[in-house]
Amino acid sequence: MVKKMKIAVLSCLVAGGILSSAVASQKTELTMYYPVAVGGPLTKIVDGLVADFEKVNPNIDVKAIYAGNYNDARIKSLAAIKAGESAQLAVMFSIDVYDLIEQDAIIPFSDIANTQEDKKWLNSFYPALMENGTTLGKIWGVPFQRSTIVMYYNKEMFKEAGLNPEQPPKNWDELVNMGKKLTKKGQWGTMIPSTGYPYWMFGALAKQNGATLMDSDGKKTFFDNKKVIEALEYWKDLSAKYHIMPEGTIEWGTLRKNFLEGKTAMMWHSTGNLTTVKKNAKFDFGVAMLPAKEMRGTPTGGGNFYIFKKTTEAERKASMKLIKFMTSPENSAKWSIGTGYIGVSEDAYKTQALQEYIKSFPEAQVAKDQLKFATAELSTYQTGRIRKLLDDAIQAALIGKKSPEAALRDAQEKAEKLLRAYQ
Amino acid sequence: MKHLYGWLLLMPAFTLLVMFTHYPAIATLLDSFYTNGTVIRPKLFVGFDNYSFMLDDEVFITTLKNTMYFALGTVPLAIILSLIMALFVNQKIRGKGIVRLAYFTPTILPMVAVANIWMFFYAPQIGLVNKVIEFLGFTSINWLGNSNTVLEALMVMTIWKEAGFFMIFYLAALQSLPKELYEAAKIEGASSWKCFWQITFPLVMPTTFFIMINAMLNAFKLVDHLFILTKGGPDNASNLLLYYIYETAFSFFDYAYAATLTVVLLLILILVSLLQFSVLEKRIHYK
Repeated sequence: MVKKMKIAVLSCLVAGGILSSAVASQKTELTMYYPVAVGGPLTKIVDGLVADFEKVNPNIDVKAIYAGNYNDARIKSLAAIKAGESAQLAVMFSIDVYDLIEQDAIIPFSDIANTQEDKKWLNSFYPALMENGTTLGKIWGVPFQRSTIVMYYNKEMFKEAGLNPEQPPKNWDELVNMGKKLTKKGQWGTMIPSTGYPYWMFGALAKQNGATLMDSDGKKTFFDNKKVIEALEYWKDLSAKYHIMPEGTIEWGTLRKNFLEGKTAMMWHSTGNLTTVKKNAKFDFGVAMLPAKEMRGTPTGGGNFYIFKKTTEAERKASMKLIKFMTSPENSAKWSIGTGYIGVSEDAYKTQALQEYIKSFPEAQVAKDQLKFATAELSTYQTGRIRKLLDDAIQAALIGKKSPEAALRDAQEKAEKLLRAYQ
Repeated sequence: MKHLYGWLLLMPAFTLLVMFTHYPAIATLLDSFYTNGTVIRPKLFVGFDNYSFMLDDEVFITTLKNTMYFALGTVPLAIILSLIMALFVNQKIRGKGIVRLAYFTPTILPMVAVANIWMFFYAPQIGLVNKVIEFLGFTSINWLGNSNTVLEALMVMTIWKEAGFFMIFYLAALQSLPKELYEAAKIEGASSWKCFWQITFPLVMPTTFFIMINAMLNAFKLVDHLFILTKGGPDNASNLLLYYIYETAFSFFDYAYAATLTVVLLLILILVSLLQFSVLEKRIHYK
């Protein structure tokens, strides 16, 4: 009898609790997943921006959840949607767009941005940063933490080797010649990472040789194009022929430390590492655009904002507000200064904060200046598999298991099989 | 009535077992007979097509080879090392407690933390291992970036992590051995080597068997370090079956193929367990 009373009382309390919380939440609640793929206290900066947003928008409650790297963020977001507890928006890889469309997970911004003001806002971003997010005639992703590859170099090592520290290598030949002068016992001329995101680094080399890796519809790849093969041969020759780079694969996660500890004079890395390198470098360092062959070139990289499909009208409006806030010129400037990522619009670079920062630290402008030589990052249907095919081919060539030509032809053959269904 | 009571007592455990073990296993098996369904293209029944695709998949063959090699490399060495450690700390030495703690510490650390630490141990120019190698006058080796050394490097790290855990079991077994046997052996003039092989080793066989099963399962289950250290590279040289399953399911979104691979993994584990239970159990002396 007592037991039945206890159960009755408990269930009343629970019901009351649920009812009261339902009445209390006139607020719109947003859950946002975001990844961090570079060094530095980025989660603190995101939390700061979100707190500022909540102050200005008291009826929107934002839970920003750090989700690991780009793969983890995508997996977590999709798993949450499948489980029914969705997030409303997320920052995910700019190149996840085709997979997300195939999973019917996202809605295009072009469909929500109905007012004149919204359309103007969509047009305010750098066009190079919109390439990966635009397909099927619509805009699916809005830039947030975008980057290009830049070449960090140790000015003191340049001086020691008798090179002008204000003249980093401008082209492939200079990279090799200067690299040779900079390589000695305990020190390498240059390091290009070949784990983590080898296809990204390779996209730069291919563009510099005048080729792209895929078409803009995501249905064709060009891995066995003659110029693409030449780019991989050059990468391999840096270690095998010119000996300015270590043999085998070079680890993405430890490369920054290698540079900071003086084991390499130059490193190719994301501009998102800029602020961390700046804080931790005990030597004078510079940042330069990547060297050219036929032209300068770099892929864009990083993450865009996406809005999920399983969202209510109110949640979409709130998400738009949050995204506009996070990508506003002032906040984009804050983000860029705190991380090294590129400011996402021309207006971001017109803000006083960013202009002063660049005056004191001109390196911060290199990535943005390089945008005019930028190309879209490797992105196709079945992007995960295709990316792995290219990654495996690059690594096989660099460790000497296959010749660059054989590796790339193999990858292209397999990629064509995968994409046949989409033609 | 008695039967009903018995079934009711079984119900909770039985429900959980079915929900989390049997039902998923059968669902996976069924999934492997269909193509992958996306929202745009719904799934179709294709029978054994996924399996024939799998047999043609070079990456699958490579992961299978790697996993077998990894298991063969880690299991015997982990057993031997943990037995030696247990014999060592079972003696009356000073600081016995501290040595036992030191041996057990790797087990307490989460695998992801261990992997992050060892990434810097193995790093070519700045890592601890290579700094020692260079101090001794040799050139540094790219342990994780070279397909000839990557699996071996991972095995060393895995054994380092596991041995302490297995040592505890051996220690408990050793301490439960009756001392009269050793006294009798000493009276008969047996050397310590003979003591070990004729008395200790046979009597701890049940523990050895238990550890062998655990180490074998770990060799298939533990892939956390791959996420941090190599992501299966370079060029699939360190790709293990479970990691490939994860990649297929969550990076490639190919759930049907991942189900196929999972069925294979399950079959291998069942076979290995059956083998161990039938062949080896006959040789074990239980009290």
